[in-house]
Amino acid sequence: MNTNVVHKAESPRLAIALEERRALRANQAKAIAEKLDFWYGTNQALKNINLVIPENQVTALIGPSGCGKSTFLRCFNRMHDLQADTRYSGSIVLHPESVNLVGKEVDPIEVRMRIGMVFQKPNPFPKTVFENVAYGLRLRGFSNRTDLAERVEKALRGAAIWDEVKDRLSDSALALSGGQMQRLCIARALATEPEILLFDEPTSALDPIATAKIEELITELRQRVTILIVTHNMQQAARVSDFTAFMYLGELVEVDATSKIFTNPSKKATEDYITGRYG
Amino acid sequence: MSAVMTIEELRNGLAWRKNLDKAFVVAGLLILMSCLGLLALLFVDLVRDGAARFGWDFLTQFPSRKAERAGILSAWVGTSMIMLVTAVVALPVGVAAAIYLEEYAPKNWFTGVIEINVTNLAGVPSIVYGLLALGLFVYKFGFGQSVLSAGLTLALLILPIIIVGTREALRAVPKAIREAAYGLGATRWEVTKDHVLPYSTGGILTGLILGLSRAIGETAPIITIGALSFIAFLPDPPISGAFPFVNFAWLKSEFTAMPIQIFNWISRPDQAFQQNAAAAAAILLAMTLAMNAVAIWIRYRFRKKINW
Ligand SMILES: Nc1ncnc2c1ncn2[C@@H]1O[C@H](COP(=O)(O)OP(=O)(O)OP(=O)(O)O)[C@@H](O)[C@H]1O
Ligand SMILES: [Mg+2]
Repeated sequence: MNTNVVHKAESPRLAIALEERRALRANQAKAIAEKLDFWYGTNQALKNINLVIPENQVTALIGPSGCGKSTFLRCFNRMHDLQADTRYSGSIVLHPESVNLVGKEVDPIEVRMRIGMVFQKPNPFPKTVFENVAYGLRLRGFSNRTDLAERVEKALRGAAIWDEVKDRLSDSALALSGGQMQRLCIARALATEPEILLFDEPTSALDPIATAKIEELITELRQRVTILIVTHNMQQAARVSDFTAFMYLGELVEVDATSKIFTNPSKKATEDYITGRYG
Repeated sequence: MSAVMTIEELRNGLAWRKNLDKAFVVAGLLILMSCLGLLALLFVDLVRDGAARFGWDFLTQFPSRKAERAGILSAWVGTSMIMLVTAVVALPVGVAAAIYLEEYAPKNWFTGVIEINVTNLAGVPSIVYGLLALGLFVYKFGFGQSVLSAGLTLALLILPIIIVGTREALRAVPKAIREAAYGLGATRWEVTKDHVLPYSTGGILTGLILGLSRAIGETAPIITIGALSFIAFLPDPPISGAFPFVNFAWLKSEFTAMPIQIFNWISRPDQAFQQNAAAAAAILLAMTLAMNAVAIWIRYRFRKKINW
């Protein structure tokens, strides 16, 4: 796997990415959104979204505020079902089983057990560090202490925070720094080994150093899990993602290999946005 | 240099606005102090009037025809038992109702009506609860004029307080925390039991204690259901040293309570009984204040542990 993500535009990744894109048409898609519409009451927030989420790749969602990035992201784990009067139509098909994540017949809890999410503001439970990470496992019926401890350690290592918290596992998670909290939240999501990990602006509340750590982490994680990330930070999208989708007013304007989007977008709106000429 | 005014104008304006600010602080403090002062005055007055009666004997003697021999043993034991029943009944019912309304109920006209009614119930005169309880608990259910009936009546009375308090506490749990739990695949009940409830325990207990301190002074409803003013025995204690360690006979026992005892003494012409009443009232007030202090302490403890 290519982990040199700093200067994608100059690397030969463009060709590779295009090839990957062709390959994933066949069977490397982890999820495919097709004709996805979404309504908050009568307000249609997503309009006819068609997007392939390639497996074990990072797909970034960019676009101006209010364009529906979070709304789209939250369709993947059916977060909208918690709010009354919301409605999906179309599909997000998860492979390989081809279940429609937004199908009425599909249990949203089952969906959330397969797809993890990391939120904009770190939101650890006011419990111990250990219990935060163990919670998802406990929900799934894990109760053996050594088993739990092993899995918690693995998740914390996976989120690159083990060394910082290994002596503080029974301290309150609220005592951690913002960046540590966010990595703890990533560990919490990782513990249950989700198939897709959703990130909604995971670094917007963090300082540059904590941000860099999270970005590095995302780059590592993509070897094991499919990642979908919303970001306002163009450099971040360029650094961490393989594919970038540009949304505008609830529609998907353009999606392509990140290197292509940032060097040679095919739509004028995309170019205006990434060059800061938007609005 | 400000563009719209000179620096002098700016300072004068600011001084005036800061004076307004100070004036508000002074007015607020004055009002607060007069309220607290009034309460303190009342308390001191009661303590002075009842000073002669304070002592171990007063707490450990049954009522008597002789004022100087009379004590409040059956009254405070009765009140404690009633409060126990009230808390044990009102807490789970009130918390469950609040959880339902806050976490489960769909937002439609039906739950709207329920919500309005819950709030209105808090304003129903307590004697009405007494009448309801007399018909329902005392006669219909055959609980009689017992500790159980009294506890249930006061539980009804404070349910709205507990429901409203609990709902506020539940609502204070941030949406982000619920989303985190749901996001991991928790069911609604798991989110409630593992997160929302534990994190709002402080607020819930505070609501309970505030409810209880309202109930402890209620007189009308327990007179209505038939509290006696002269009880010269104690019911069997709820906990005993021998198997089966708990007994429930006390629930069916006749009872008196602090406010009843006070009311009874105060209505006697003999000056000595007025002293008893003052002493008992001071003790009742102290019990209420102590409960409120506990509520504050609990809230403080939980706030310190969980600050979002
Ligand atoms: N819970 C909600 N209820 C109703 N409307 C909502 C809700 N959340 C978002 N919307 C609306 O849906 C549209 C898309 O919002 P969304 O939060 O998805 O935008 P976003 O692209 O994530 O913006 P940002 O970059 O500011 O986070 C907006 O017009 C917004 O007003
Ligand atoms: Mg958003």
